[in-house]
Amino acid sequence: MIDVPTTDRREIAIPELSLVVLVGTTGSGKSTFARTHFAPTEVLSSDRCRGLVSDDENDQAASADSFDVLRYIAAKRLAAGRLTVVDATNVQREARRDLIALAREHDVLPVAVVLDLPERVCAARNADRPDRRFGAHVLRRQHGQLRRGLRGLAREGFRGVHVLRSEDEASAAVVTRTRLYNDLRHETGPFDVVGDVHGCLEELEELLTRLGYRLGRDADGRPVGASHPDRRRVVLLGDLVDRGPHTPGVLRLVMGMVAAGDALCVPGNHENKLLRALRGRKVQVTHGLAESLEQLAAEPAGFVAEVERFLDGLVSHYVLDGGRLVVAHAGLLERYQGRASGRVRDFCLYGQTTGESDEYGLPVRYPWAEEYRGSATVLYGHTPVVEPEWVNNTLCLDTGCVFGGRLTALRYPERELVAVPARQVHADPVRPFPAAAGAEPRAARRDPEVLDLTDVTGDRVVHTRHLGRVTVRAANAAAALEVMSRFAVDPRWLLYLPPTMSPVATSTRTELLEHPDEAFDTYRADGVGAVVCEEKHMGSRAVALVCRDLAAARARFGAPDDAIGAVWTRTGRGFLPGGLTADLVARLRDAIEDAGVFAELDTSWVLLDTELLPWSVKAEDLLRHQYAAVGAAARAALPPAVAALERAAGNGFDVTDLLTRSRDRVVNAEAFTAAYRRYCWPTQGLDGVRIAPFQVLAAEGRTFHDRPHPWHLDLADRLVTAAPDLVTPTRRLAVDTTDPGSTAEGTAWWEALTAGGGEGMVVKPAANLVPGQRGPVQPGLKVRGREYLRIIYGPDYTEPVNLDRLRSRGLGRKRALAAREYALGLEALERAARGEPLWRVHECVFAVLALESEPVDPRL
Amino acid sequence: MFVTVTLRRPPATRPDHPATSQDRPPTTDLGFLLHKHPHRVQAFEVATGTAHVFFPEATEDRCTAALLLEVDPVGLVRGRGEHRDQHVSLWHYVNDRPYAASSMLATAIGRVFRTAMRGRCSARPELAADRLPLELHVPALPCRGGPELAHRLFAPLGWQVTATAVPLDETVPAWGDSRYVDLRLSGELRLADALNHLYVLLPVLDDAKHYWVSPEEVDKLVRAGTGWLAAHPDKQLITRRYLAHRSGLTRSALARLAEVDDADPDALDDAVDTAEIGDEPDRPVPLARQRQGAVLAALRAAGARRVGDLGCGQGDLVPALLAEPSFTEIVVVDVSVRALEIAGRRLRLDRMPERRRQRLRVFQSSLTYRDDRLTGLDAAVLMEVVEHVDPSRLAALETTVFGAAAPGTVIVTTPNVEYNVRFDGLAEGALRHRDHRFEWTRAEFGDWAHRVADRFGYRVRLLPVGPVDPEVGPPTQLAVFSRTGSDEEAPR
Repeated sequence: MIDVPTTDRREIAIPELSLVVLVGTTGSGKSTFARTHFAPTEVLSSDRCRGLVSDDENDQAASADSFDVLRYIAAKRLAAGRLTVVDATNVQREARRDLIALAREHDVLPVAVVLDLPERVCAARNADRPDRRFGAHVLRRQHGQLRRGLRGLAREGFRGVHVLRSEDEASAAVVTRTRLYNDLRHETGPFDVVGDVHGCLEELEELLTRLGYRLGRDADGRPVGASHPDRRRVVLLGDLVDRGPHTPGVLRLVMGMVAAGDALCVPGNHENKLLRALRGRKVQVTHGLAESLEQLAAEPAGFVAEVERFLDGLVSHYVLDGGRLVVAHAGLLERYQGRASGRVRDFCLYGQTTGESDEYGLPVRYPWAEEYRGSATVLYGHTPVVEPEWVNNTLCLDTGCVFGGRLTALRYPERELVAVPARQVHADPVRPFPAAAGAEPRAARRDPEVLDLTDVTGDRVVHTRHLGRVTVRAANAAAALEVMSRFAVDPRWLLYLPPTMSPVATSTRTELLEHPDEAFDTYRADGVGAVVCEEKHMGSRAVALVCRDLAAARARFGAPDDAIGAVWTRTGRGFLPGGLTADLVARLRDAIEDAGVFAELDTSWVLLDTELLPWSVKAEDLLRHQYAAVGAAARAALPPAVAALERAAGNGFDVTDLLTRSRDRVVNAEAFTAAYRRYCWPTQGLDGVRIAPFQVLAAEGRTFHDRPHPWHLDLADRLVTAAPDLVTPTRRLAVDTTDPGSTAEGTAWWEALTAGGGEGMVVKPAANLVPGQRGPVQPGLKVRGREYLRIIYGPDYTEPVNLDRLRSRGLGRKRALAAREYALGLEALERAARGEPLWRVHECVFAVLALESEPVDPRL
Repeated sequence: MFVTVTLRRPPATRPDHPATSQDRPPTTDLGFLLHKHPHRVQAFEVATGTAHVFFPEATEDRCTAALLLEVDPVGLVRGRGEHRDQHVSLWHYVNDRPYAASSMLATAIGRVFRTAMRGRCSARPELAADRLPLELHVPALPCRGGPELAHRLFAPLGWQVTATAVPLDETVPAWGDSRYVDLRLSGELRLADALNHLYVLLPVLDDAKHYWVSPEEVDKLVRAGTGWLAAHPDKQLITRRYLAHRSGLTRSALARLAEVDDADPDALDDAVDTAEIGDEPDRPVPLARQRQGAVLAALRAAGARRVGDLGCGQGDLVPALLAEPSFTEIVVVDVSVRALEIAGRRLRLDRMPERRRQRLRVFQSSLTYRDDRLTGLDAAVLMEVVEHVDPSRLAALETTVFGAAAPGTVIVTTPNVEYNVRFDGLAEGALRHRDHRFEWTRAEFGDWAHRVADRFGYRVRLLPVGPVDPEVGPPTQLAVFSRTGSDEEAPR
């Protein structure tokens, strides 16, 4: 497509995403042209690069290095999908070949703009430039090279060649940018996307009718079009032809719809082969091609010619709906979407294979969908499946109609499946295809068994709805990777990790480090009136995922270990040996079932935030080696010291102060011992184990952080009623932070809780998630009891000399960390509820764990 | 923390002692020896708090000096001086240091009784040089190794030892004894020696991991051992334990994650602790070496050039891989950053000759996440790795290694649990390492290997490593997986 020069305005159409290669001798005006028609950042000049590496733009010895630099920058731009212009002479074929290869590597179209100006014009321009002192022979040689290469440019691989032959032409040129054929981002639907038809006309008619289309017919009663009253449009995913009984009929209908703007169609591998056959190429007449050719032979030649034109015009794939939807016959990798190259087209038609064959001799497909990380939904066909499954936001809609399966459509954006069963088995597949189940298909989801390391490692930014960008440093991710890999439960279960919680601001009361007033004050200042005080259980945080049955667990989570759920700690570790976890989950399941929660929430699974008691179930080692040991050492060391001091006092020495202090320490050691002992009680199997749910985190399709805490706690009470031996209630008190009487009640309640050695309470906004000025307000503040804090700050922390120093504790970092982890946790839940791919959920969960490894005072 | 030193008046007549009681000075001379007045209560500021010295009893027949070190528990955590805030999360407020007689008490002894420890006493020089009937009492001695070890270390020095274990919590008898011992020593020794014994052996018995001893402090310890340490039958143990303290206080981000989950920091950060039963160096050919030999043999047989050591630990196998020029590319990964750091140090990565270094790639990876950097290997070695993965996550490992990375050859070694009965000192039913999530019998390993091979298109051969016991088989088992059809794809 060499342009014929015309006068006046010369329009040069350039695809929006392309590599524009300027070709012209020195002095031909390339840089001027580039400056006139492109943004400065779009233009990469070889002279400039030469200067960058050698401090001399004309140093020919630096050409190789400068091309490396140019190529590197161009590669980055093209990978990012940005039009790039190469301003270099490019008169030699070798130079152009490198650039064409670069364009192909990034699947963009290479375009040549040639400035073929008369040699004398170029020479005159060079003469004006003091830095271009080279002999006339250089220009003459370049001109010769240019002329020799000119005719072959299209053959070299340029997908557009524009030649400007005079100064006038060059100055009259206007560059326009055109959309790529596959770029239909402005088409927003709604669409009905239909899988492989393979000549099954009757089923297609039935499906279109069920979808609400009205079929138009020609004089012979043959369907030649279909339109939808709501202006919906059909997208056909290719493989309309071959194998089935009515390939011409299907083509007639689809061609009519496409022509009328009622349908879009992408080609399948079968269309591709049929086209080659129609053009008389030598192809193997297998896989149902024979039927198509035979059926088409009965059609008039004009129709066959129309078919050939139609097939020839099909575009490999479409990017639709603002980039949110991609359709291609065999699916499409993210980096190929919206690109144009031979290999993109091949992927669209054939997909990717591993190079191996299965037991039927069919090529083994590469599971590209399992690795898909793109944000666009990809709908495709090509490989018949019994039931469509969402894998990482991709869905295969080929349900093997021609093999006796179903013809399936997905309503987009509704994401509902509509299917009609095959009238009969039209063709026998090489690999046996099971008969379709009677019921309407429901797109299940399937999470890949493993995630990718790049989903979690390195410096990361997670975009959260509630707090914007949350950053995770690579070093923290590295620590989390080790824990996640070596200790955590299967990521398919692990939808959530609880965020850390900040304590209240430090109290200034003489005897106390923490007091409820600070919690009430903080929330009042945050504009929160109604709060709920919840008893802080003396156990360990546990997240419990409970499915209604194994089938539900399989369908939603892949049921790792054939379990119906899992229970994990704050770092994602399992609590109990496998069998006990299964028992615990089963008993929770029964409680949830008996309480009617599955039905009420219309879900087959529930994710609960809970506390598991006693603490010794999880932390017995810590209790023994840290807490009990300290108590033992204190109680062994202090009494002999007190006895010795008493004897010294008896002998008349003045050891009063030391003796008083030592006696106090004996009392403190006893109090400390009493404090940790409250956290241990013997358990045998599940006997003695208690669980206190206090929040429903998520269920199928929904989250509950917009439900007030009383709703959650009432639901928990129903679980207590259903399983009183296992589930334990959470005591609570509603407090109005603007009512002094009410806050006094709250304080009294806390005092009563902690006087008996209780751990304390957590104060939460009653409404649950409350937006604040910078992200949500703290979701909870813990107010820990005076005695409990002995096992945090040591037996003697209550001594005034110690307490005074302990009051200076920086809460800022902790608060900020709690806020970020809270936002990540909510993000994980919301992504899970939206049914997003596992890697998107795991990214947030992993980030919570990574943030937990940040150096923040662990006692806060 | 608390210690008492008592000087008794010897019995009136003792055949082995020429002196009579009338010749003996009063026991209150202990005050002269310690350079502390028995009628005064004195306090000394030391690095960790205040040391009080007083005399609960001071009669002609019996004189006791008590040292009570009041440790500042908050100062301990928040740090003082140069170490302030350096290792915030290491120092837990709930800490036995204020009570247990550890290096802090030893340091206080060294500071408060410095002159006495040198055996100098201008007022009573003959007494300082003489062996005296002494009693020492340390009511809360942290003692890794229990009362037996206290006995073992003190008895050869001439002490009669009474060491009683302190129960962990008398209300929870099932927990048994704590690591503290109530220690009473009596014997006729020079006072200076007695103090030096405490000074050296308290931290040795404590054997705490995370407490920092400055190099200078170590020199002091060595000086304090003069005259008795060299002849001590356990001098190696003593030396090893207190030198171990020099390794410092590094605490990783990982340890913080352990704290989040109320676990001991070492519970997570144990990736570099690979001592296993059966790896004792005194065996004829250590099992670890035989394992390496078998792995190398399998790699050579496979003709591999690009080789991965997946789960390299501290890099034990890497030198052997580097020594083999036919391995042109060696990929070494572990999930533990700390293990990789140690491996890097041991391999002297920063000083490795360039050509050698270019063959080697070392990075963190995980066998339960797919990692594209692991594709394209001719062979991958998982040496003693699978048993560290939870059974429920094995499927993920199988997918990443055999499905995604898919090297031509995979070599897996793992313990043979049947052989465990042949290890002395391994309790019945116990596994060889505390992080082993399982250990397989030969049959279990064979089943697993064949199942994996079938699923991912490999052939598998099983081989023994180490001496094959007719009854229970070899200590280690090895499987070589070869991808079927991988013959066509010979190393390029």
